[in-house]
Amino acid sequence: MSSQLVVEFKPKLLQSSEHELCPGCGHSVAFRVVLDVVEELDLKPVLLAGHGCYTQLMVQSDLDSLQCLHGRAPAAATGVKRMLPTTPVITLQGDGDMVTEGLHEILHAAARGEQFTALLFNNGVFGDTGGHLTATTVVGQRTKTSLEGRDPALHGYPLNIGQLLAQVEGAAYVARGAVNSAGMIARTQRMVRRALELQLEGAGFTFVEILTMCPTGWFVPTSEGPEYLEDAMITTFGIGELKAPPG
Amino acid sequence: MTVPTVPTRPIAPTVPTRGTVKIDVEACKGCDLCIDACRPGVLTMTTDRFNQRGYRFPELRAGCTACRACAQVCPDFVFQVWKFDTPVELPEGPVPDAALHRDVERQREQRS
Repeated sequence: MSSQLVVEFKPKLLQSSEHELCPGCGHSVAFRVVLDVVEELDLKPVLLAGHGCYTQLMVQSDLDSLQCLHGRAPAAATGVKRMLPTTPVITLQGDGDMVTEGLHEILHAAARGEQFTALLFNNGVFGDTGGHLTATTVVGQRTKTSLEGRDPALHGYPLNIGQLLAQVEGAAYVARGAVNSAGMIARTQRMVRRALELQLEGAGFTFVEILTMCPTGWFVPTSEGPEYLEDAMITTFGIGELKAPPG
Repeated sequence: MTVPTVPTRPIAPTVPTRGTVKIDVEACKGCDLCIDACRPGVLTMTTDRFNQRGYRFPELRAGCTACRACAQVCPDFVFQVWKFDTPVELPEGPVPDAALHRDVERQREQRS
């Protein structure tokens, strides 16, 4: 009985499959999506990450990488891309890093039409620094600093970063995916692939937001993470391409 | 007069199986995501057995279609998916050789 290997344990670009992320975390699933696309396209990108749980995956990946100050990955990526215009440049940030701490960095980078791909792993919580509320925490979501759920009267409303960036003229591609099911993961993979292809074509600033599960930060059982993501986050933000060049 | 019945041996039921997975039991953190993702529903979580780190882990039963959904949703890179060139009939129940038990501590010692 002969058989063929369809999927290897870990992506080739990951040096070790061991990591310290919590059970049911969506970050490593999303990171696999990114590494699979990089491998498919046979790229040698520079990866610039912010601060968050995903940073330990960056350290384990076999890519040229740099950890930047909180929220400043787009600024560092601007420098790298301008010095190495033919090298694919990817930034990797969480929602706390990008939307709460470094919102102006990403907006200005998009407005300047910088030729790199920005990736956002959005789980609506500051996972790495204790699990408090971020600017993308959805209404009603429980975090360590909104134990009764996010209340608009007290905490305000979440920011829809994809919608904001789609309005900016310099942004060529803006999309939002998620990792709550195998079908959605495949769809997100196509978005990341399209963003990187557009960067190689020199289309402009490209952005993909990936909604990920954080059962620890959300106070839900790990098995209910994908369902919660769908009910709370996808309902609020939506999924799909918000801006794409024709063709 | 009663008609004598021919004693028949019950035939063990089989399940068409198109692929298999190798499960890296020691890497699992027991999050249950693969159980819901598995389209043919052939993965089940152990209830009374745990890996070296104390987590429950998935077990494979016959009927895998090599759809790779488990590998895609797994946060801990536990699954390796294989597809058979021709589908086979496997006896219903657990697939014993799916589990891969590696000695984590020994591997760490060798690495350091």
